[in-house]
Amino acid sequence: MAAPLSKDEALVQFLLRMGDNTLILGHRVSEWCGHSPVLEEDIALANTALDLIGQTQMWLGLAADVQGEGKSADDLAFLRDVWEFRNLLLVEVPNEDFGRTLMRQFLFDAWHSIQLGHLMTSSDERIAAIAAKTSKEVAYHLERSADTVVGLGDGTPESHGFMQAALDYLWPYVGEMFVSDEIDAAMVEAGIAPDPASLRADYDTLVGRILADATLSIPESQFAHKGGRTGAMHTEHLGHLLTQMQWLQRAYPGASW
Amino acid sequence: MSQVATQPSVDQIWEWLDAVPDPEIPVISLVDLGIIRGVEWQGDTLVVAVTPTYSGCPATAIINLDIETALRDHGLDRIRLETQISPPWTTDWMSEKGRAKLEDYGIAPPQAAGGPERCPNCQSKNVTRVSQFGSTPCKAHWRCQDCLEPFDYFKCI
Repeated sequence: MAAPLSKDEALVQFLLRMGDNTLILGHRVSEWCGHSPVLEEDIALANTALDLIGQTQMWLGLAADVQGEGKSADDLAFLRDVWEFRNLLLVEVPNEDFGRTLMRQFLFDAWHSIQLGHLMTSSDERIAAIAAKTSKEVAYHLERSADTVVGLGDGTPESHGFMQAALDYLWPYVGEMFVSDEIDAAMVEAGIAPDPASLRADYDTLVGRILADATLSIPESQFAHKGGRTGAMHTEHLGHLLTQMQWLQRAYPGASW
Repeated sequence: MSQVATQPSVDQIWEWLDAVPDPEIPVISLVDLGIIRGVEWQGDTLVVAVTPTYSGCPATAIINLDIETALRDHGLDRIRLETQISPPWTTDWMSEKGRAKLEDYGIAPPQAAGGPERCPNCQSKNVTRVSQFGSTPCKAHWRCQDCLEPFDYFKCI
């Protein structure tokens, strides 16, 4: 990077990271609508997706305000291409099966709840307000995803097998949550957000406890896929997701209702 | 410009807003739900602060439209709605009147314990959770083990 980012530029990047996580995961979870194993789970997933997309409006809305280019949350959601997204790779991987979807949700919810807990005391009042609002919803998501992970992990041999396979597949995507860069350093310095690396101990305690209850084994490898939250490299899946999510704006530019 | 000769009092406006039903649970009003956080005159403009229930609640846009329509019907034309997310909405702000109406309608009102106190149909305390989520973001799905009726429970947040 040629010149160091200004404080507002760094703040926008931080807000995109928050909002892109909830947007992309919200979209992924919404893909289950009408396809879940049972009606109650369908409703639960749709409600979770709805919460996440509502949270996105606040994060991306604030990002657009700070940017000051007259854009809206919708502009940021629908008019950017892959390389401009700043979400964790974890949230863009395909749903695959119900087990993997719930495992991904749990691994994200655990981080999300810890992160929002810190953001509630952010020096930026707008961020603290969004965190206070959304942390209530996220506590509910975590309760459900953790219960489901335990129920399926410590369930039948078949459900256990699905959950262990999901954990093995997803675990390499967890490390990215805790990799700090210069944007995080700027947020820490301004008292806006915690250092991602500092959340790891709480995360490992929480996730370790639930996965132990679920009789699942955490993979030993420390390898971490990275590049989503910095925008350096997304998986091939995000482009496909955007062709669905942004279809209307791509086919009919500027369409509104 | 205003069609109203004198500005209606803030109390009067609260009364009008208490007659605007929640679009998804029409037995309770927006005031009962606790989402109207402030009503005040700023010069000749009425400012109403509204807080969302859940971040993604699709009723939010309709609620704002209903508030504006109701106030215009009462002759107000300078209205500004402000979204206030802090402090975040809590079901503690629901009125006693609202809680009673919910139960009467067949929706168990929120309880700090995290589950319904009793079946809203037969008052049995023998109830069980079907799903943590329900027909709207603010509700969960429960069932009575005695009368066997399923019912909505208004989540406590």
